[in-house]
Amino acid sequence: MIATPAQPVTIRFTVNGEPCSAKVLPHYSLLDILRNHLGLTGTKECCLQGECGACTVLLNGRAVDSCLVFAVEADEGEVLTIEGLGSKGKLDALQTAFLESGAVQCGFCIPGMLLAAKYLLTTNPHPTKAEIQDGLAGNLCRCAGYYRFIEGVLAAAEANP
Amino acid sequence: MKDGEFGSNSPIRVGGVERVTGAQRYVADLRFENLLHLKLVHLNCAHARIKSIDVNDALKVEGVHGAVTTADLPQPVPRFGPAVMDWPLLAVNETKFFGEPVAVVAAETAGAAEIGASVVKVDYEELPAVLSIDDALNPEMPLVREPELRPGDKLANTNIFKEWNLGHGNIEEAHSAFVLEHTYCFPMVTHFAIEPHAFIAAPDDDGVTIWSANQHPFVLQKVVAATFKWPLSRVRIIAPDPGGGFGGKGWPLYEPLLAFLALKFKRAVRLVLTLEETFQNVRRASARAHVRSGFDTEGHLTFQDVSTDYLIGAYAAVAPRVVSKGSYVAGGPYLCPNVKIRARAIMSHTTPSTAFRGFGTPQGSWGVESQLTEAAARLGIDPVEIRRRNLPKYREEFIPNTTPCDGNWFQVLETAADHIGWHAPLAKHCGRGIALGVKSSSTAASSQAMVRMLFDGSVLILTGTSDMGQGARTVYTQLASRELGVPNDRIRIVMGDTNVVPFDNSTSASRSTVFMGNAILSACRDLKSKFQRLLAKELDVTADEVSVGSGDVKIPGRTMSVPEALKVCLPTRGEIIGLGTYSNPPVQGHPIGAHPSFWEFNAVATEVEVDPETGTVQLIKLVVVSDVGEALNPRQVEVQDEGSAIMGLGHSLMEHMVLDGHGRIVNLGALDYRIPTIKDIPLTLESVLIENGDGPGPYGSKGVGEGGLLSIAAAVGAAVNQAAGVSIRDLPLTAERIWSAIQERRQKENQNEHAGQLEQLANAE
Repeated sequence: MIATPAQPVTIRFTVNGEPCSAKVLPHYSLLDILRNHLGLTGTKECCLQGECGACTVLLNGRAVDSCLVFAVEADEGEVLTIEGLGSKGKLDALQTAFLESGAVQCGFCIPGMLLAAKYLLTTNPHPTKAEIQDGLAGNLCRCAGYYRFIEGVLAAAEANP
Repeated sequence: MKDGEFGSNSPIRVGGVERVTGAQRYVADLRFENLLHLKLVHLNCAHARIKSIDVNDALKVEGVHGAVTTADLPQPVPRFGPAVMDWPLLAVNETKFFGEPVAVVAAETAGAAEIGASVVKVDYEELPAVLSIDDALNPEMPLVREPELRPGDKLANTNIFKEWNLGHGNIEEAHSAFVLEHTYCFPMVTHFAIEPHAFIAAPDDDGVTIWSANQHPFVLQKVVAATFKWPLSRVRIIAPDPGGGFGGKGWPLYEPLLAFLALKFKRAVRLVLTLEETFQNVRRASARAHVRSGFDTEGHLTFQDVSTDYLIGAYAAVAPRVVSKGSYVAGGPYLCPNVKIRARAIMSHTTPSTAFRGFGTPQGSWGVESQLTEAAARLGIDPVEIRRRNLPKYREEFIPNTTPCDGNWFQVLETAADHIGWHAPLAKHCGRGIALGVKSSSTAASSQAMVRMLFDGSVLILTGTSDMGQGARTVYTQLASRELGVPNDRIRIVMGDTNVVPFDNSTSASRSTVFMGNAILSACRDLKSKFQRLLAKELDVTADEVSVGSGDVKIPGRTMSVPEALKVCLPTRGEIIGLGTYSNPPVQGHPIGAHPSFWEFNAVATEVEVDPETGTVQLIKLVVVSDVGEALNPRQVEVQDEGSAIMGLGHSLMEHMVLDGHGRIVNLGALDYRIPTIKDIPLTLESVLIENGDGPGPYGSKGVGEGGLLSIAAAVGAAVNQAAGVSIRDLPLTAERIWSAIQERRQKENQNEHAGQLEQLANAE
C-alpha cells in the first residue's frame, strides 16, 4: 500500500515582489506551487526533466527550471515569473524586442525563453550571438524561432548601459 | 505600417502581448471547479493480451473517485477515427501499441490520479510485436488488425492497411541512358510540440463540451458525435490556441474517452499528457522508399518508379490520407512521361502515425531528390541544371489532369542557388546541396466566416481556424482592416468555439490564408453590400451611390463616420453581419479527391562542413525559398519557413524514435530524444519569398509554412555527400552514421591502395 504522505510545511517567499506563503509537501516542485497553488499559469509545464526550459523562472536572481526545484528550496527566496517581468502596464525591453523580431509564434516556450534571456542580460548586458546561444541553449522552441530570439536579445541589449 | 497595407511591413502578432506576458491561456492553464483529474494506465510493452484488470487498490487511494476499464465502457466498445472508426476508447482484449491505455483513473487531484494509476494491477501476456515494415510483411508475425474488423477487405489477412497505385505513362516503354535504383529510409519522428496535449470535457445539458488544443475543432466535433451516434449539436468544441500543433494536434485522441467519462461521472474531467505520453500518441509515419529513376543523356527524367512503404501504427487515424496524399506527389515537381507510384500503408504495433507538417511528402522527396543529384553527378551536369531541365513551366501540367504548375518554379530554384552562392569555391570538408519540394495543398474542403460590424463600427470576425503559432489572427485582422477600412485595433478575432463560429474544414495543409482568408474577404464584401443597401434605403439613394470600406462613409454630397452611418441604417440599434464561404469542390475519381487548391513549392540550398574525425555536420548556411504568391505578413511567412526548415533539420540530422524488442520507445522524452536547439541552427539562414501574385488566396497569396522541411533532408544529404564523400540513404544523418560511412570509405580506399600496391609489386616482379 501507499506510504502515509509526509506532513505539509509552510513556506514563505516573494513572487514577483509580492509576499506569499504556501503549504507544501516536501516533494512539491516550485512549478507545481506556482501553477497550481498560486495560479501563476504563465510558467509552462512540458518535459518535467529540466530539458525543455518551458518552466524557467528566476529564483534569487538565477534562472532555474522550476520543475527541478523543490518548493521548499524557495523558502525565504525571491521568485520572478513571466507575470512579473516588466513593470505594471509596461513591457520589459525583452518582451517588446521579442514581439518586434517575430520571435513569438505559438508562444508556449516564450515565458521560459524570456526569463532565460532576462537572466542572461543581467549577468552579461551585451552578449555576443554565441553567448546568447549558450544562454538560451536550455530552452526548446519547436516553432524554432531561434534566430528571432537572438535578434530580440541583441535588440534589448542595446538599451543596456 | 498603416493598417490595411500589405507587403512592405508586418504588424505585430495579434495575441503576441498575451504570449510575452504569460496571459495566454492554453488548455492546461484553464481552471475549473469540481474537476476530476485523469491518469491513463498502460503496460510496459506494445502488444499484449489483457487477462484481467484489478482497480481495487486504486480505488483505495485517498482522492481517487473512480477507475474505468474497458469492461465499464458501452459494449461493443465505441471506436473513433476521422476516416475509419477503428480506435477504441480503451484497448479491447489486447494492447496494440506501447502507451495504449487499458484503464483510466479519475481523482480529485492529479497526484492522486497518478498514484491510483500506478497501483492498477493488470494481468497480461506479452505477445510478439510487429515493429517494422519487415516484421509486418513477415507471414510468421501476428496480424495487427483482427481480420473480422476488416469485412470484405482482401488485405484483411495481411498487415497492409491499403495500397495505392498511381502514375501515368508506361515505365516499361521508357528509353533511358541509365537507371538509378536505391532504397531510402525515413525515420519515425514525433511532433514534440512544447505544449503537451491537454483535454477537458464537461457535461453540458444533454451533451458535452470539450476543451482541446485542437487544430480542427469541426473534425473533432464530427468524430465525437459519430462515436456516440449523437447529433453534432450535442458536442461543443472549444479549442484554445494550441501551443504548437504541426499536425499532431489535428486529429482526435482522448476527447471521445473524456466525453464518455464526463457524462459517466457527471463532472468535468481533465487529462494532460506528459511529454512522454505525447511521444506514445503522435508521430510521423516512418517510410522505406524504393526508387528507380531513369534518365536520358541530357538528364531528363525518362521514368520514375517509386514504391514506398509507410509504417503506420496500430490504428488508422489519418495515416491513410497522409500516405495517399503524400504519394500523389511522390514523383516530385518534375515533368516525367512515365511515372509509376505504389504506396502502402503498413500497420504495426506502434504509435498510430498522424499528420505531421509536410503530410507524407518529406518521406518521398528524400529519395527522389537524392536521385536527381546523383544523376547530375553521373552526367557531369550541375544539380541546379538537372532540376531546371525537368521543371514544368508556369501553367504546365506535371501530374496529368490536375492543377498545373502554378508559379515560377525556375525563379525559386535559381534564387536558392544565387543565395547560397552555388558556384563559389568550397573550403575543405565543405559541400553544398540543393533540393526542391512540392506538396499538395488542401483539396476538397470549405471554410466559412462571419464578420460582424457592431453598432460602434468595431468588428468581430468569427472563424474556425486555430491559431497555433502561424499567426492566422494577425493576417485575418489585416485582411478585414483593408477590406472594411477599420483600424486593426478595432477588430477582434473570435476562434475556437464550434457553438459560436461557423464551419471550417481544418487548420491544415497550409490552407487557412487561402481558404479562410478568402471566406473572410467574401464576408467583408457581403457586409459592405448590406451596409450599402441599408443606408441607401434609409437615405433614398441607390446602393451604388454609397461608398463604404475606406474609412468614412460617403454618399453624394455627404460624408459620415461609420458609427454615424450605422445609426442611420440601424435606427433601433443592431449590427451588420456578413457571411462568406470559400470552397474547393470535390472531383469525382480524382486520386486525392479534388484538384489541389495550389502547390506549396519550395527550394532549399545549404552549405555544410563535415568534421571527418567525428562525423558531425555544421550547417554553414541554409537558404529556404518559398513560392508564396503574395506575403500578407512577410515576417510571419519568413519565420514560419525558418521554423519549418529547422524542424526539418531534426529528421535530417538527429531525430529518430528508437524501439526496443518490446515495442517500447527507448529514447522516450526530452533527455534522450534530441530536437534542434538554438545551438543547432545554421550559422546563417536566409528565408526568401518569391512573390508573383499567382496564388488563389487573397491578393494572390498562397499557403506557406511547410515548405522549408519538404526536401531539406535531400539538400543536407547532397551537401554531406560532397563534403565527406559518403552516400547515406537512411535518415537521420547522425554523426555516428556519417563517421561510420567515412571509416568504411577509408577502409575501402586503403584496401584498393593496398591491392594496387600488390598489383604493382606483382607487375614489377
